[in-house]
Amino acid sequence: MDKKSENQGFLDFAYQMYKSMKTNEINLVYEGEVTQEITKTFTSLTEKNLAKSEESNTVQRKVFNVMVECLQNISKHADSLSDEDEDRRGIVMVSHGEESYNIITGNVIKNEKVDDLKKNLEHVNSLDKKGLSDLYKQQMREGRISEKGGAGLGFIDIAKKTGSKLGFQFKELNEEVSFFILTSTIKRT
Amino acid sequence: MELINIKGTDDTPNVILDKDNAKFEISGRSLPEDVNMFYEPILEWIDSYAEAPCEKTEFNFKLEYFNTASSKVILDILLKFEEIVENGHEVLINWHYHEEEEDMLEAGEEYADIVEIPFEYIAYTD
Repeated sequence: MDKKSENQGFLDFAYQMYKSMKTNEINLVYEGEVTQEITKTFTSLTEKNLAKSEESNTVQRKVFNVMVECLQNISKHADSLSDEDEDRRGIVMVSHGEESYNIITGNVIKNEKVDDLKKNLEHVNSLDKKGLSDLYKQQMREGRISEKGGAGLGFIDIAKKTGSKLGFQFKELNEEVSFFILTSTIKRT
Repeated sequence: MELINIKGTDDTPNVILDKDNAKFEISGRSLPEDVNMFYEPILEWIDSYAEAPCEKTEFNFKLEYFNTASSKVILDILLKFEEIVENGHEVLINWHYHEEEEDMLEAGEEYADIVEIPFEYIAYTD
C-alpha cells in the first residue's frame, strides 16, 4: 500500500469506529496496560463526565465503584499472551443506554484458572442480596489479603452493588490461555 | 503517643490518630494499589494504642468510597478495637455516610454485624 491509501485506510477505520461507538453508545474504550495510574485516570475521567450529566449521585457512585473493582481485577489478575510479556493488559469499555450502564472488561487468563473462576462467578450469581451480604462478611472474616493485594471480594461486591447478575464469557485462544469477558450492569433507575 | 496525621490523596484516605486530643478518624477515599503497605503503620499504631487506650474511644469513619481490599483492612482495624472493648474500655464507632449513599450505610451495618462494638450511623449531605 502506498502512503496515501494507507492514510485513507486509517481514516476510514477511525471513522467506522467512531460511528460504531456512537451507535452503541460507548462512552469509553481503552486497550492496554492497566495500572493503578490508569485506574485513577479512568475513574476520575468517568467521574467528571458523569458529574456533567444529569445522572443521579447514587448511580454515579455505583459506576465509579464497579470501575475501580474491574480495573483493579485486571491489574492484579490478568495474565499475558506470552511469557516474555509481563504487562497486565486488558480492554475496558463503558457504554450506556436508556436503562443502564454497562462496564465491560476483557483480559487474558491462563486456562488452568478458568474452571475456578467460572465456579466462583456462578456461585455469586446464584445468590440473592442477603446471600451476597453473608458471603461478603464471611470472606472478609476468613480471607486474607493475597500477595497481589486482592481480598477475593471483587465479584461479590459488584453483584451486591449493582443488584444485577454478572455477565461472563470465556473464549479459548490457544492451549495456554483464554480471553475472559466480564459485563457489569448498573441500572439507571 | 506519637501522632499519625496522613493527608488524603486520590486513592488514599485522610487518617488522624491523635490520642492526646482523642481524635480518631479515617475519611475520604481508600483504593490504594497496595493496601497492606498503606495500612501497616496504622494497624501498628492501634496495637500500641491498645496497650493503654483512652477510657472512651470515639472512632470516626467518614469514607466516600473504599475498594474491597480496603474493606478487609477496615475489618482488621475494627477487630483490634473489639479487643479493646473486651479489655473493658469503651469504644464507639461513628459511621458517617452520605445520605444518598445507601451502600455505605449497608457497609457499616455489615461491620456492626461482625464486631461487638456499638455503631452510630450519621448521615451527612454535600
